[in-house]
Amino acid sequence: MKTLQQAKPGDTVRVVKVNGINAVKRHIMDMGITTGTEIQVLRTAPLGDPLEINLRSFAMSIRKDDAAMIEIE
Amino acid sequence: MAETIKIALAGNPNSGKTTIFNALTGSSQHVGNWPGVTVEKKDGRLKGRDDVIIQDLPGIYSLSPYTLEEVVTRNYLVQNRPDAIINIVDASNLDRNLYLTTQLLEIGIPVVIALNMIDVVTKRGDHINTNRLSELLGCPVVETAAINDKGLENAIGKAIEMANAKATPDHTLIFSEATNAAIRQIAARLQENVSPANLTWFSIKTFERDQKTAGQLTLSQEKRQAIDRIISEREAAAGDDSESIVTTERYAYIDLLMDEVLFKNSRGDRMTEKIDNVVTNRFLALPIFAVVMFMIYYISISTVGSLLTDWVNDGVFGEGWRLFGAGSAAYEEAAADYDLAQAEIDAYLAAAANAGLDTTAAEAALAAGETESGALAALTEQAAAADVAGAVNILDEETEQVLDTVGVDAAAFTAALGVDEPNPADFGIWVPGVPVLLSNLLNAIDCADWLQSLVLDGIVAGVGAVLGFVPQMMVLFILLGILEDCGYMARVAFIMDRLFRRFGLSGKNFIPMLVATGCGVPGLMATRTIENEAERKMAVMTTTFMPCGAKLPIIALIAGALFPTSVWVAPAAYFIGIAAIALSGVILKKTKPFVGDPSPFVMELPSYHMPRPKNILLQMWERSKAFVKKACTIIMLSTIVLWFLSSYNTALQPVDTTDSILADAGRAVAPVFTPLGWGDQWEAAVGTITGLIAKENVVSTFGTLYAGLEEVSENGQELWQIMSARFTPLAAFSFMLFNLLCAPCFAAIGAINREMPNRRWTLAAVAYECALAYVIALIVYQLGAYITGGGFGAGTAAALLLLAGLVFLAVRPNPYKNGLTPETKPAVKGGQRA
Repeated sequence: MKTLQQAKPGDTVRVVKVNGINAVKRHIMDMGITTGTEIQVLRTAPLGDPLEINLRSFAMSIRKDDAAMIEIE
Repeated sequence: MAETIKIALAGNPNSGKTTIFNALTGSSQHVGNWPGVTVEKKDGRLKGRDDVIIQDLPGIYSLSPYTLEEVVTRNYLVQNRPDAIINIVDASNLDRNLYLTTQLLEIGIPVVIALNMIDVVTKRGDHINTNRLSELLGCPVVETAAINDKGLENAIGKAIEMANAKATPDHTLIFSEATNAAIRQIAARLQENVSPANLTWFSIKTFERDQKTAGQLTLSQEKRQAIDRIISEREAAAGDDSESIVTTERYAYIDLLMDEVLFKNSRGDRMTEKIDNVVTNRFLALPIFAVVMFMIYYISISTVGSLLTDWVNDGVFGEGWRLFGAGSAAYEEAAADYDLAQAEIDAYLAAAANAGLDTTAAEAALAAGETESGALAALTEQAAAADVAGAVNILDEETEQVLDTVGVDAAAFTAALGVDEPNPADFGIWVPGVPVLLSNLLNAIDCADWLQSLVLDGIVAGVGAVLGFVPQMMVLFILLGILEDCGYMARVAFIMDRLFRRFGLSGKNFIPMLVATGCGVPGLMATRTIENEAERKMAVMTTTFMPCGAKLPIIALIAGALFPTSVWVAPAAYFIGIAAIALSGVILKKTKPFVGDPSPFVMELPSYHMPRPKNILLQMWERSKAFVKKACTIIMLSTIVLWFLSSYNTALQPVDTTDSILADAGRAVAPVFTPLGWGDQWEAAVGTITGLIAKENVVSTFGTLYAGLEEVSENGQELWQIMSARFTPLAAFSFMLFNLLCAPCFAAIGAINREMPNRRWTLAAVAYECALAYVIALIVYQLGAYITGGGFGAGTAAALLLLAGLVFLAVRPNPYKNGLTPETKPAVKGGQRA
């Protein structure tokens, strides 16, 4: 199984499922990361974490630990 | 008069909500905190309509029960039930913004959608079918462009109309057939328990197994079981938890909606992409960040800020100032001439004394200001006869190298005697300072001495010291406002996150810390940019550990008096400040008040745009106003009390500080500091107390108490000898440590109180700061004494115990973390292995 944590800058991936429970999962999904959403990985922050991603025509920052909860194709 | 209409503004962060709120309410805003939490609460009256109140709600993405802002918003909407909601939707980011809209439509309150930033969409070449959107959502949609107030009147008019008609949205359940059916079944069972207006909201929340709404319902055991069966059935069929089913299906609905209303030609925001390619670039991000931070510090603390602060302190609350600075150059020239003349007189007198002439009578005449006295004339005659010649070296101000030497003969001496001291009031338009004006006034009305002292030394001096920070704060607020408004602040958090998160903080903590090295008060106000409440409280508690400008004289005094040869004392002060913040972060994040629900660090990186001056200025105004209010109440009271204590003895007679109640108190509490090595110095205890008015008072209090000096220079040079005789280096270092870390000045305590949800938190913050200061100073002093051969005693043992305690608190596993997210981490790890 592949997660968003393993995606490289420049990759465009499709979300299969969001893991985790309650607040963590809900928060990620509220931002629009739901099954089928397309995510483009833009870059890693200069100190190696977090990631900057693009989805639904906006950019957001997500820590690698949290990105590991997002299963991708 | 009709009843007041309450209209709430709701929307995502960065949707232009603030701009719309400012345009609607103008300067009638009232800013505070929601009760019990540090979430900002803003309301105001609609311009031109006193009967309409606009309530600004926190910027949120969802109405989930997990973040404080969302809970605050939910409670307000469901319990206070405003008459209408204006939902501000960023049209350039339509799908994610509509996610909140679909939730607002379910509450049963009239909703008007303000489709904001429609100009951005048009400019990109995209098109939104507003009529179709309105039809599909079942509520009015009004196009607005907040930047030029377009459509705002239309939106507010619609909202008032809907509020009067109580026209709730014509909105049906938007989920899949199966989910809709489940929610309807739940609704049938809730019908008797909630009002019809709330039914949809409660049914959906119950389906989501929302704990917060469940607590508001009293259902029979039987009903609860039936509802649980309905939910479980749907969950089993969909293969996911009910909350996620709702979220996924909401977005699925929005995706369908988007196909019908949005016609996209462009590839999104190319500008932001291009800027981010540079600003968050792997190699350029950190240098750019450093430059931006340096600029903020340089402008707000070093140059413009300190210029304004000096003006307030030395001008408005000092002797006076020159209107528009006119005449300043002329005054400075005259002052320089006078200084040179004085130097010439001194040099000539010295040369005359060297030549064996008796100068005592002449010096006495000079001291009395009688420049035309016979003694001087006689001396000049004798000296001229003896061919006495003095010389004055003119030094470069910075390098102190001799630039020029001016010879002084009898003629020059006589000329120098004729140079009068310039009066600053004679140059340009001189505006006397508040104390000068007040003292003239009080003298004129023959006011009692004690009242004069209260007004001038107590109130004006105290409040003046505090208000001196205001201009600096205003400059800082403008700069921070620009960073926030243009979108860079989110990038700061993105860039620094890695560094700060291990201390329970995020990248946004960097700015308060940086600013606090200038002054803690604006540093504390800068914590406003941190959204997470627990993190913000922690930042408020720890920001003043940074050595601020007013603490520098303490450092300079101790370093100069007791460590004259070492260069590490001042850097150590900064290092200790940073270490205290990091240590506090590690310790506090494991304590109960700072454990929030675990939430992922997901943060929108908003599109860049030009900062809007109106927003920035209004925000600056509101925040400064709040601080000034505080300065005139609680801070003024504190300084008056302290003035009283330091000016009177227990018999209520006016006395010098040495004999005052404060000195008695100092003598009484001094033993408390014995474990820190300076309990035998009651003067130090008094200094610590007067430091509460302003930290630079510590040095001037030492001047008064140790040497009877009226005034002490910046680094306290006059005191170095006495200090080195009274303190051991270790005790002095411990004194410095304690004063750097303990409770900050009243102004900063006032700022802490403003940023905290209630007084209890303020007290806790100050108590924590004092306790940490005490513990660290004790550990350093006692272990230092042991290492330098002081022998092992009770103090050493106490220090070791406290050190062990600190280490334990810092390294222990977080007792609250596991209880709250039992499955999260293992589940993910297991998944990775599979």
